[in-house]
Amino acid sequence: MTAKSKVVALEHVVIRFSGDSGDGMQLTGNLFSDSTAFAGNDFATFPDYPAEIRPPQGTVAGVSGFQVHFGHKPVHTTGDLCDVLVAMNPASIKANMRWLRPGTIIIFDSDSVTEKALEKAGYADDPTVDGTLADYQVVKAPISELTKEALKDFGMDNKSMLKSKNMFALGIVMYLFNRELDTVYKYFETKFKGKDQVIKANRTVLDAGYHYADTWELFTNTYRVEAADLDKGKYRNITGNIAAAWGLMAASEKSGRPLFLGSYPITPATDILAELTKYKNLNVKAYQAEDEIAGIMSSIGAAYTGCMAVTTTSGPGLSLKSEAMGLAVMTELPLVIIDVQRGGPSTGLPTKMEQSDLLQALYGRNGDAPLVVIAARSSAGCFYTAYEAARIAMEHMTPVIMLSDGSLGNGSEVFRIPKMADLPSITPPLAKANDPDYMPYRRDEKWLRREWAIPGTPGLRHRVGGLEKENGKGNLSTNPENHQLMTELREEKINRVANDIPLQEIYGDKNADLLVVSWGGTFGTVRTAVEGLMEEGKSIAHAHFDYIMPLPRNTEEVLQGHKKIVVCEINRGQFAKYLRMNFPEYKCEQFNKVMGLPFTIGELEAKFNDLLK
Amino acid sequence: MENQNIEQEVMLTKEDFASDQVVKWCPGCGDHAILKAVQDIFPKLGKKKEDIVVVSGIGCSSRFPYYMNTYGFHSIHGRAAAAATGVKLANPNLSVWMITGDGDCTAIGGNHFIHACRRNIDINLILFNNRIYGMTKGQFSPCTFRGTKTKTSPQGTYEDPFNPGELAIGAKATFFARGVDINPKELSEIFWESYKHDGIAVTEVLQNCMIFSNGVHENITGKDVRDDMQVKCVHGQPLIFGKNRDKGIRLNGNQLEVVKIGENGITEKDILVHDKTTEDTGIHMMLAHMMPPHFPVAIGVIRDVKAPTFNDSLDQVIENEKANSKIHCMDDLLNSGSTWTID
Repeated sequence: MTAKSKVVALEHVVIRFSGDSGDGMQLTGNLFSDSTAFAGNDFATFPDYPAEIRPPQGTVAGVSGFQVHFGHKPVHTTGDLCDVLVAMNPASIKANMRWLRPGTIIIFDSDSVTEKALEKAGYADDPTVDGTLADYQVVKAPISELTKEALKDFGMDNKSMLKSKNMFALGIVMYLFNRELDTVYKYFETKFKGKDQVIKANRTVLDAGYHYADTWELFTNTYRVEAADLDKGKYRNITGNIAAAWGLMAASEKSGRPLFLGSYPITPATDILAELTKYKNLNVKAYQAEDEIAGIMSSIGAAYTGCMAVTTTSGPGLSLKSEAMGLAVMTELPLVIIDVQRGGPSTGLPTKMEQSDLLQALYGRNGDAPLVVIAARSSAGCFYTAYEAARIAMEHMTPVIMLSDGSLGNGSEVFRIPKMADLPSITPPLAKANDPDYMPYRRDEKWLRREWAIPGTPGLRHRVGGLEKENGKGNLSTNPENHQLMTELREEKINRVANDIPLQEIYGDKNADLLVVSWGGTFGTVRTAVEGLMEEGKSIAHAHFDYIMPLPRNTEEVLQGHKKIVVCEINRGQFAKYLRMNFPEYKCEQFNKVMGLPFTIGELEAKFNDLLK
Repeated sequence: MENQNIEQEVMLTKEDFASDQVVKWCPGCGDHAILKAVQDIFPKLGKKKEDIVVVSGIGCSSRFPYYMNTYGFHSIHGRAAAAATGVKLANPNLSVWMITGDGDCTAIGGNHFIHACRRNIDINLILFNNRIYGMTKGQFSPCTFRGTKTKTSPQGTYEDPFNPGELAIGAKATFFARGVDINPKELSEIFWESYKHDGIAVTEVLQNCMIFSNGVHENITGKDVRDDMQVKCVHGQPLIFGKNRDKGIRLNGNQLEVVKIGENGITEKDILVHDKTTEDTGIHMMLAHMMPPHFPVAIGVIRDVKAPTFNDSLDQVIENEKANSKIHCMDDLLNSGSTWTID
């Protein structure tokens, strides 16, 4: 299979597969990702599907998309503007106009244009002929008809034949990027094992799409993205939510404390619960509770009983868990709370990303109730962030909130498989059986943590709860001086975690004119935008915060020595407020967006250039 | 506090289970008797002290764990059932006792209560029912009778109460018993039955609050009326009661009725024989429902049926999965499925 057209080498490419919910775009995208892995590219993917389960067919609300961003250089994001859009119907064009850039190649099923389809999509006329798409390269292909033509000898009905049209589209894209079809064939053979006719039908359609693109010379150029220079090792593709689940399991195995998850389904966090329910073979107890509060309370019960306990949720659920988080603070038990953030307030935008739970995570509890807050920066990174959250929780006897978001959770990335032996050790301060001096709130001098005395252990019986306790002995106490002391101890205990986390890194010149600050899931876009301006020779640096409470010890040094600081976040400026509160002498400008969408690299670059003027 | 944890291989006594904390309930409060009944039965369970956990919510009754020399967890309002579920799932070998009140359990904690019943998690749940919020000083609860004047119902309540027994049985509890605070010996017997039962065991204790609902159970527990207003449910025995043991509960059609033995040709044979083990909830529901003035209150173990417990079921699935899986550790999992290597 040689390409007749010229092959152009590209650094990175964003492809968005888009069609009606029933068009199989998720599978198409995944199969293309598999071939991307095989080609040795770095890549990240993002599924973008409707919140509704069966939205009206053919409408913009019913459009389901899957984006793949792959490159020869490291890929930090799932991509924003797309280089190629595969659109299986008019609604898919309408839904994705925001993501097109001048010159985007739109591969469009021209058979999908009917009066009804245009009406459903909200088009008065065919957008491929009325000038709507003048800025783009529209490649019209009669995908539906050609699929049927390819399958005419298979004795299938019309509906069944059309189910394969996504494979025709995939064939075209595989041609466009000079991909071998083997990975897709292999998928058919595994997926449809024993159903030779089905395997053959799918292969036939895939090949037909590939050859059609070739024979009809659909494209003036085809493209190749060379293998990325990835570190040696074994890789897999992983979503943020699965990575978080695995990170927790890894921490459990490392610490020797059994994993307990108490959780309640909520978009976009449910996949962590679903994933953990699969691993009973690894002794994971994942418990679907009757509500969010029962989720965290069962986890606190399990934490008291010696489990590495976790609860997972999204914003509204975090609100419901507030009182129980205070209980975990008061009882000084290890607990991991994962908040996969979505658009808020209230039910908000359940399927869209936002970073607006930060202040709630930091302060959303009654009383002075400090706990550790850390944030994941990438989908694959969720593995390490979850592992770190569990490590800090257990080694410092405190609840830890891990902030993720819907884009990280559902997006996927290339993940270099770690060896368990290489992960840091986790050693919780377990109380010794029959210790004659045991006291529930006895603390070690270095970290101020109390010991973990687990029911079933002889000689350590004790009572804890939400009422204030006498430091040391742990008896109920309303003594004023004791409450002052305990409040300060709880605070100081969290502050000292700063001595157990890495220093804040600064990417670029530490005296750069503009310091760009970000945290959480915006890492990829912000870093890419900063790199772009660095290449242009601009005086810009980037500090991306993974640890938020406590902040790294050198945070102030990082903020020093710049003409301007800008804090970029997908909320109205929550981290900026937090930095100003902690470091009032530094002026933090803000760049914020709350559209349920990640930043685009273009808008970040524009903002940075503006600030650098 | 001296560490009270000094372990010796001797027969435990009730003193072994009393903590060194001063019990701060009001003098005369029914809670004292319940505490005594629990401390009485714990040495007889055959469980090591460290294998018992007492979990509670919020309210007067929920201070209970502090008075027990066991592992104890005093959680937050209404959520004890959720916390106790976590404790039991984390370590099914522990004997878990949950202490709650009518407000804690049937108002703010109603959801956790019904789901703990439905799942049949193996915990012993003791519900102190004084039909009032005591700790917040006298507001009506979901178990307060219609028309009762309280701090927040100065004209009397205009809503009907829950009957915790009906709620529990309706929510599929496999064990329901009822006792009164002034009879700790009987309570101890009930707690023993509760302990022996695999699965959720709900015991409602009619408990008097001296301050805010004093005498609320007087028409059941008063010396003059108690024989006529309590019918002891003993498995396999006819439901006979009364000072002269001449009254009984008869099933007439699909209704219960109080009959007098010797009147209208009624003999002991006509009296309903108590069967705590019948799957069908019908009769148990009717027994739990009985209230003065027309009926005596059913005391003792009303329902005690076998069903798989949630904790055993989970452990069984875990064992099966472990036996059948090829993945035994995280390294196995991380390297499973679709992977590729870059050399």
